[in-house]
Amino acid sequence: MRGITKRFPGVVANDGVDFAAATGEVHALLGENGAGKSTLSNILTGLYRPDEGEILVYCRPVEFSAPRDALDAGICMVHQHFRLVERFTVAENVVLGDHRREGRTFRLRYRTIERRVAELGERYGLAVDPRARVWQLSVGEQQRVEILKALYLDARILILDEPTAVLTPQEAQVLFETLREMAADGRTVIFISHKLHEVKAVADRVTVLRGGHAVATVSAAEATPRSLAVLMVGHGLGEGAPPKARAPGEVVLGLEDVSAAGDRGGAAVRGVSLAVRAGEIVALAGVAGNGQRELAETVAGMRAPTGGVVRVAGKTPRPGDPRAAIRAGVAYVPEDRLGTGLAPSVSIASNLALKSYREAPASSGPLLRLRRIRERAVELIQRYRIAAPGPAAPVRLLSGGNLQKVVLAREFSGQPKVLVAASPTRGLDVGAIESVHSYLHEAAAAGVGVLLISEDLDEILTLADRIAVMYEGEVVGETARADASVEEIGLLMAGGNDPRRD
Amino acid sequence: MVAVPAASLVFAFFASGLVLLATGHNALSSYRRLFDAAFVANGALGQTLVSATPLAFTGLAAAAAFRMRLFNIGGEGQLLVGAITAAAAGLYFGGSGGPSAFAIAAMVVAGCAGGAAWALIPGILRAFFRTNEIITSLMLNYVAAYLLTYLIFNTQSYWRQTTGFNAAVFPTSKDLPSSALWPGATIHLRGGILLPLGAGFAVLAAAVLWVLYSRTRFGFEAQVLGDSPRAARYAGMRTRRKILAVMAISGAIAGLGGASQDGDFRHTLDADPNGLQRQYYGYSGIVVAALARYNPFAVLLVAFLVGGLQNAGNTLQGADFPSGLVGVIQGIILFSALGGELLVRYRIRISRRPAAAPPAPEAA
Repeated sequence: MRGITKRFPGVVANDGVDFAAATGEVHALLGENGAGKSTLSNILTGLYRPDEGEILVYCRPVEFSAPRDALDAGICMVHQHFRLVERFTVAENVVLGDHRREGRTFRLRYRTIERRVAELGERYGLAVDPRARVWQLSVGEQQRVEILKALYLDARILILDEPTAVLTPQEAQVLFETLREMAADGRTVIFISHKLHEVKAVADRVTVLRGGHAVATVSAAEATPRSLAVLMVGHGLGEGAPPKARAPGEVVLGLEDVSAAGDRGGAAVRGVSLAVRAGEIVALAGVAGNGQRELAETVAGMRAPTGGVVRVAGKTPRPGDPRAAIRAGVAYVPEDRLGTGLAPSVSIASNLALKSYREAPASSGPLLRLRRIRERAVELIQRYRIAAPGPAAPVRLLSGGNLQKVVLAREFSGQPKVLVAASPTRGLDVGAIESVHSYLHEAAAAGVGVLLISEDLDEILTLADRIAVMYEGEVVGETARADASVEEIGLLMAGGNDPRRD
Repeated sequence: MVAVPAASLVFAFFASGLVLLATGHNALSSYRRLFDAAFVANGALGQTLVSATPLAFTGLAAAAAFRMRLFNIGGEGQLLVGAITAAAAGLYFGGSGGPSAFAIAAMVVAGCAGGAAWALIPGILRAFFRTNEIITSLMLNYVAAYLLTYLIFNTQSYWRQTTGFNAAVFPTSKDLPSSALWPGATIHLRGGILLPLGAGFAVLAAAVLWVLYSRTRFGFEAQVLGDSPRAARYAGMRTRRKILAVMAISGAIAGLGGASQDGDFRHTLDADPNGLQRQYYGYSGIVVAALARYNPFAVLLVAFLVGGLQNAGNTLQGADFPSGLVGVIQGIILFSALGGELLVRYRIRISRRPAAAPPAPEAA
């Protein structure tokens, strides 16, 4: 790709980007959120048209006016959010984008398709039953289906957009092997990520994007995570400050044998006991979907436990009553920012007052004190450096990082005793992640008991004082950070046995 | 804020003009006659208020619920039930003589209570069993209409006139006693404009709704709940109570419209074939609320304009001005207003190849 420029109203997403990936290599595209990675890949797959610049595939200039053109040129993309038809079988999904071979005929010859899918799966270590329905598959398996789809279509250039976001460390390792295999086969793999160690682990070369520019292409073997981070952020990162030893106080959040049902019935949380002390950060590690969200909602009163007791600062708030939990001092940063944590079309000021509007000074009696609410909003916007057009703007206009700042500003300003933060940095860029982390540190330093739910082991290891691992609704292991190792936690997250079990 | 509705209105007039031309009418003179019959001619304004008052009530009722994205389509039935209960109160408490504040107050309370109770049926079903309030409230409109017919035609009910010459010939309802008739203020202009008491109540209701929705905790909660029920629950709001309260308020306003029909205009609970249940005030109210974008004061204005249009249609209907045309014009206005709304939310771009993605860069 030469001199690619793409402008959106108010933003230049790609500014003269040169990018070249060679046959048989895994080429990583590294950059923060908003650096232009997605735009670049959308241009490469024919979803957008570049305003300037040209694309060359195998030395021939091409012009894509639709995604199908890119497919015909052998370019395939595995999106972060899968594009699969849940009710279809694996084989049906694979043949969906095919308009050349088996997919061309009016009646599909499932036997042939299934056989080819099975063959491909075997060759690249992507074992999936071709007849399984997609909704029955795990996220990791669904990703394999996406890759199989690309292989089936004879993709010579495969783009993966943050493929490891949904995987356990072990699953990611398997994926990396598959990708290496494909590269060895003469295909080109473009790997989009903002995780440094992954890029180091899988890529041959790395192109770093920053602010719409391609700032460098380096060999992965020679680069260090540190040098990549500097390229990505544009300045040296603050030393990953080793968290100071905090003296934890008394237990502010106590879970005793808590069980809760999932959205579709069935037990999502099974007999969890856990204690969080004032001034400490306890991380709950685990792959998404192992009951962490349900547990967080139970603590926040949004879900009634089917058994057990939740104690907050020695009291037991009425279970299943969010207001009781708020009164007891539980702050909750939900995983779903826009929709649960924030009301999208409601103003920033109102969203900041979402939990305080009931009491003075935000209201007096049944009446709201609109000016107080606005003044408070202006103050919080400044203090938390929220980039916002103004307190009256609907909150949905903000970017992901700023949305999270609105949630955090509100939750911290309620002077909580307990803070439950569910995946607070998911989807945020490096800068925003850093500020979220420092807010969590501040909260702990101020004596709040923090329960951090995260899938990101790096994050857990930098923040947590203690780590509990959750698997299939149970806490399968708990250690102090000092004794923890990534391998061991990853193994527990994936449901492996605790190696230290006697 | 005003540009889009105004542009939609202009467009609607052009489009309706084409319809008028196509049906062999002079568009400009037709418009002039419509305007004249609605707002200018002797007695026109008073008659417009007669049409506009019920639309204001049902419009406010719809706006109150729709603002919280509770789609109460049942304004029609709530108005009818309000008319039934208010008529009962008027018959029971009214006596001969001049207007009695007590009888009128009893009618207001009974009308509101009746409408609220009727609206609470879909409200309770929605809050506790998560049924779709659109369907249940809509179906209850039919129940209410048949209930009204039943009370007058098929039973010796409290409301039915059982003595006298009329009753022997044709089933009819009792006339309200004179003290239960609502007084109006007359403005001595253009042959006298009667301001019905109900119109005053409608203005009052609009003011109350405006304060409720923009200045109170209740309105704050309704706004959040309408936007995102999950966020409302997250913030510890009592969502069920709120659904019940909003449905009750919406129903009470519609029911007050029914009481106003009894007291202001009809002076009886009528059920004749062209009576109250053939006016479809409830459904027109939804249109009014939508055109007013659920703003209570805008509802009053739109109700006045739509009321004028309907009044003009009634006055002018005849060989040279089919009343159906007014319906057509109303339809075109609604259509362009909703179309204009769509244009605000989406942008039409004409390009060589349809760009696949909306202009949403990943701006941080």
